[in-house]
Amino acid sequence: MEIDPFIFRLSIFILSIFIGYYVVWSVTPSLHTPLMSVTNAISSVIIVGAIIAGLAGRSDNVFTVSNILGFLAISLAAVNIFGGFLVTQRMLQMYKKKKKDK
Amino acid sequence: MSANLSAIFYLISGFLFILALRGLSSPETSRQGNFFGILGMVIAITVTFLSVGSFSIGLIYVLIFLLVGGLIGTFIAYKIPMTAMPELVAGFHSLVGLSAVFVAISAFLNPEAFNLGSPGDIKLASLIEMSIGAAVGAITFSGSIIAFLKLQGIMSGSPITFKGQHFLNALLLISIIILTYLLCSSQISNFFWILIAVSFLIGFLLIIPIGGADMPVVISMLNSYSGWAAAGIGFTLENTALIITGALVGSSGAILSYIMCKGMNRSFFNVILGGFGATKQSASTENKEQRPVKNGNAEDAAFLMKNASSVIIVPGYGMAVAQAQHALREMVDTLKKNDIKVTYAIHPVAGRMPGHMNVLLAEANVPYDEVFELEEINNDFANADVAFVIGANDVTNPVAKTDPQSPIYGMPVLDVEKCKSVLFVKRSLSPGYAGIDNELFYKDNTLMLFADAKKMTEDITKNLKN
Repeated sequence: MEIDPFIFRLSIFILSIFIGYYVVWSVTPSLHTPLMSVTNAISSVIIVGAIIAGLAGRSDNVFTVSNILGFLAISLAAVNIFGGFLVTQRMLQMYKKKKKDK
Repeated sequence: MSANLSAIFYLISGFLFILALRGLSSPETSRQGNFFGILGMVIAITVTFLSVGSFSIGLIYVLIFLLVGGLIGTFIAYKIPMTAMPELVAGFHSLVGLSAVFVAISAFLNPEAFNLGSPGDIKLASLIEMSIGAAVGAITFSGSIIAFLKLQGIMSGSPITFKGQHFLNALLLISIIILTYLLCSSQISNFFWILIAVSFLIGFLLIIPIGGADMPVVISMLNSYSGWAAAGIGFTLENTALIITGALVGSSGAILSYIMCKGMNRSFFNVILGGFGATKQSASTENKEQRPVKNGNAEDAAFLMKNASSVIIVPGYGMAVAQAQHALREMVDTLKKNDIKVTYAIHPVAGRMPGHMNVLLAEANVPYDEVFELEEINNDFANADVAFVIGANDVTNPVAKTDPQSPIYGMPVLDVEKCKSVLFVKRSLSPGYAGIDNELFYKDNTLMLFADAKKMTEDITKNLKN
């Protein structure tokens, strides 16, 4: 009998939870705020679904409800991606090793 | 692009996201980590465009919306003050939630585009995954909006409770399961709409009873939810990058919530059920006898610190409110010029989100190797001359160690009282979030400095320089 591909995805999911568990415990507490903003940015990879939704359908009618929802989701996720990565970058820049005070 | 090839690229971007989080294990590697994250995102988006392949007129709109969102995000990222980080993160979570809802609805209306069957005949597994993604997304959205309003001060930070609240929430949660079942067995779209509406309501009801100072837990929890929502959508779209990311973010948020709860010695459910700090307020006002406190000014504080050889700074949410981090840094610089050793002690739940204080200190150019966590520094208080508490309260209350009746009993606290002298900057003698008096105020070695945190710090600096 063939294994349903769903099982493979489930395996990826479960194993990723374990990876997440160990990786996140190793994050130093002083970087917990950047951790939140970067996880926020990467969870916006949901934009791939939004792009598929936005590009779906025939080219003579790009304004079906499903397309419009896709467009909206794209811009929401894009706010997060750009905002999330850049604000993380801004924060991490502040954690640069400072020269000791004279 | 073939489906197999794009799947491999999605796997690569998932892998890069893992590296992005891995990088945060130390400040030195963190910027590289962020770069990996960006790279992963670029790969995922590019591959999606290539795999859809049909460059119809819709592509123009997709790019326009992408650009508009990107510009707004960039603008926000550069304009936002560091003190507003908790609000920003809450706001961002709501966007992830809402876009998950939109994608789920879009897939529901147009399942062919996602290879999920046809309208009215969507694959059972996809329907379940879609419902989970939409429901969790909707809860994340409305919950984050409430958290945002509370943090921003538009909505009062005090808990809103009413009779039968938990019962209602439980009922609504059960109805979600029933609606999912009905939707799957009948494929009637109305069940899907009701499911989403109920989920919005749950998110709203779940967060209103939780008070302002419990926000670190709430934000972490919503962070986790946004991850699970993404994972749910990932299963629907059969997309590995989304599944991996969703799992990473989901467990990250869950761990942060756990750390925050532990920092308050409260169970997760105790926080989530809410109402903390609301009921006790009345009790503390009743037996309010006026106990004497020692009242000092900037001059006294400067004198004490000048004669100290080591000072520990304990910042809290009040510092963020007063935007005192830069003034504080200046004061510390002056102290260091006088050869006084200065370190910072950060309680896990100081501020309104995990790591809040660390970011503010970093913004003020405080080197991160002078900043210590509770376990690292707690033994040092006994050897320090002065503890300078600025904007923190409950996290220093010795009652947590001595009085089993206290609502904060058992919460790990900073052993501030072991210092030779304690300087406590505070606007008034009012109790903190937990609604209980801080024993520290009345100790012989405590000097209260009643003033705005920023103003007081600046005055002390002036006095130190004289």
